[in-house]
Amino acid sequence: MPVEIAAPKIEVRASTPPPETSGKAKVAVRDLDFFYGRVQALHNISVEIPERIVMAFIGPSGCGKSTFLRTLNRMNDVIPATRVGGQVLIDDHDIYAPGTDVVELRRRVGMVFQKSNPFPKSIFDNVAYGLRINRVTSSNSELAGRVEQALKDAALWNEVKDRLKTSALSLSGGQQQRLCIARALAIRPEVLLMDEPASALDPIATSKIEELIFDLKKQYTIVIVTHNMQQAARVSDTTAFFLLGKLIEVNSTEKMFTAPNEKLTEDYITGRFG
Amino acid sequence: MTTMTYSSSDRMRRGVSTLMTTLTFLCTLLAVGALLVILFYIAYRGIGSLNFQFLIDRPRPVGEGGGIGNAIVGSLVLLLISSVVGLPLGICVGIYLSEIGRGRIGGAVRFIVDTLTGIPSIVTGVFVYAILVLPMKHFSAMAGGVALALIMIPIVARTTEEMLKLVPHSMREGALALGAPQWRVILGVVVPAAAPGIATGAMLAIARISGETAPLLFTAFGSRFFPESLNEPIASLTVQIYNYAISPYDEWHAQAWAATLVLMTLVLGINIIVRFLTRKKF
Amino acid sequence: MSAVAQNRKLKFAGNNSTWRRVLSPTGNTGDAIFRVLMLFVALLMVGIVVAMVFALATDSMLSIRQFGFGFLTSQRWDPIKGEFGALPFVYGTIASSLIALLISVPFSLGIAIFLVEQAPHYIARPVAFLVELLAAIPSVVYGLWGIFVLAPVLRQYVEPALAKTLGWLPLFSGSITGIGLLTGGIILAIMVTPIISAVVRDVLAAVPGSQREAALALGATKWEMIRVVLVNGAPGIAGAVILGLGRAIGETMAVTMVIGNRPQISWSLFDPSYTIASAIANEFTEATGDLYLSSLVELGLILFLVTFFVNGVARVLVWNVTRKSGGVGRAA
Repeated sequence: MPVEIAAPKIEVRASTPPPETSGKAKVAVRDLDFFYGRVQALHNISVEIPERIVMAFIGPSGCGKSTFLRTLNRMNDVIPATRVGGQVLIDDHDIYAPGTDVVELRRRVGMVFQKSNPFPKSIFDNVAYGLRINRVTSSNSELAGRVEQALKDAALWNEVKDRLKTSALSLSGGQQQRLCIARALAIRPEVLLMDEPASALDPIATSKIEELIFDLKKQYTIVIVTHNMQQAARVSDTTAFFLLGKLIEVNSTEKMFTAPNEKLTEDYITGRFG
Repeated sequence: MTTMTYSSSDRMRRGVSTLMTTLTFLCTLLAVGALLVILFYIAYRGIGSLNFQFLIDRPRPVGEGGGIGNAIVGSLVLLLISSVVGLPLGICVGIYLSEIGRGRIGGAVRFIVDTLTGIPSIVTGVFVYAILVLPMKHFSAMAGGVALALIMIPIVARTTEEMLKLVPHSMREGALALGAPQWRVILGVVVPAAAPGIATGAMLAIARISGETAPLLFTAFGSRFFPESLNEPIASLTVQIYNYAISPYDEWHAQAWAATLVLMTLVLGINIIVRFLTRKKF
Repeated sequence: MSAVAQNRKLKFAGNNSTWRRVLSPTGNTGDAIFRVLMLFVALLMVGIVVAMVFALATDSMLSIRQFGFGFLTSQRWDPIKGEFGALPFVYGTIASSLIALLISVPFSLGIAIFLVEQAPHYIARPVAFLVELLAAIPSVVYGLWGIFVLAPVLRQYVEPALAKTLGWLPLFSGSITGIGLLTGGIILAIMVTPIISAVVRDVLAAVPGSQREAALALGATKWEMIRVVLVNGAPGIAGAVILGLGRAIGETMAVTMVIGNRPQISWSLFDPSYTIASAIANEFTEATGDLYLSSLVELGLILFLVTFFVNGVARVLVWNVTRKSGGVGRAA
């Protein structure tokens, strides 16, 4: 007789209601296809991401979540033999239209990677890097001010304020990841993409990052990819479920984890596969 | 919201980036161009004096023609001597470094081999002069061969070590688990598995040695005759080219170019064959 | 215990002779012999280097005793009078190597950056092979080409042009023959470029892709991203340059054919000069008298020590950077 295993209950943090939006989405993806050579990795994805919310993408590994995230700031361009079909509109501008300034795009759509990748420079120089190359300011004091603000936003300031000139590589894993977040925040992107930002971290560092994300969404639109459903439930307002390169469902987090629309979603949430 | 078209980014940054990437391309173009210019010039200058007589005759006084036959034979003899001495020793050192040498002794030996790689070949020539030529009181092909072998050994040792290290550990463990002693595993399993790589390393070392001149200047010295014994001075392509090049005679200059063409054919030929053999098939 | 079990027990225990246990951890005779043989060969290498230092030191004793430390500071190289000083050669070696590096390093960096960061794979591999072929050309061939191609070009076009525009600098004064320090430096630059660029290529390739992505994701242009990669590879690049320096210092034939072989120290790049290696090559077989020969051997000893030190520094720098990716693959 088959045994019914009770699915673990997923705690959904009561999400703050999204601020009044004009109804226009910050990021609108329409019929997106993506190919690695001849292999199609994303099939006909359409989703709208409103401003100043946290949207989480969940799904089993290898289902295209990271690939999708990277199409939003055209990081996939560095991989040879990739092809994109469809549109990705940020503020109504198709970022794949010819003539798009990719450098400017990446300044306005920031990214934090799965494994922290600080430059082999000092903590200060890491955070200041984006500011310097974009010539945001020529005044040293203003630069220092922006760096301090970014580190505070990333909840790292208190831990490093006395050693800004020491090497970034001397920080712990969790601190390095928060440093990378500060580095991305320093240039004040409008959208922040996070690719499994806490997967390489211990539980305490992870909870710090999650707190951080919860705070950041007051200012930024955040898209986070995670394979950890509990994490998605904790931090996001909206959740999208990916499977095999297709978008199965997009729903508010509360509904997604309590009463999803699709059967596939429910099966995944309750752990019947993946 | 500003639009994301080209005008909105900092034009100068983009310009600098394009400038620098163009410069790097030009550098590469220049390097490849230099190579082709040198090679074609050698062919252009050398082909005129190249004929069969040239390849088999020995040098004659200015105005009487002559050839590099004895130099070609001499170079082959020197290559043979140095390979017979240098290849086995080099491969053994490579085996030691990869399979056996551990800890302090292994580290010291590796350091020594690295040192040997960096010694200028002229210093090696001086050394062999001191220990072979002076006691024997004359130049000899043996001394030249030994000098070349001393240059060859660290090169062969390095490539052998690298090739052996590429053999997966699972192969070694499989043999050991069947009860084979270590020496059987090394000689019977690991070395044969790395043999193609070791062979190409040996070929590259030979190509390198065939171009050496400095260590031969006062060991093998040079000769105008075909070699008759290993105990006397012997001619070689490289020394002959050098002597002809610095001479004041146009006829000998032309012969130097022709000899260079022969030498370059050998050296390039080996390099291209090795490259062909080691191309990735997937 | 039964006889069979006892037999089996003995077999597993192996040969317990102390010698065998010391020589081979497996306790196997064949292993012991093999290891001794290999160790012997390895120690032979140590012996060779020791013998080298010893022979060089012994045969230069005469000159060392005669001139002492003044050998390094004296400018006089007079075989007839029996006065020998190494300073002209030290100067020539350093000057020609510096010129070579000044010309070569930017080009080598450019080539390495292009091949690693810009060129698509199917172009990078054959082009890299072609650049490495430059290293396969024998030194004497470079010398030949230098005498008959480079020197005339310098004499007829380049050096007059330099003299016309920058002739007020002592660097570009002096008579123009096409044979001299500048020619030597240029030939050396061509010869060390493939080595430096090959090592820098390894160093850059060892920089993790996550660094490049981090820079790009912050809105960096391609060149700005390359600068991040260069910062990552800085110690290795320094090592590559020093490796090239070591190579330039020891280079003999090409230099001796184009540098003029005159033991003099002069400001002008057009004037002939002399390096340690080319002095040995040029004068060794003509050395009359023990003091003359001993001085030349002492030059060899100096060359040995200098290249030993320089290469040691280079290997430390390069080894540290590339050891994650499998070690340096060049027999430089």
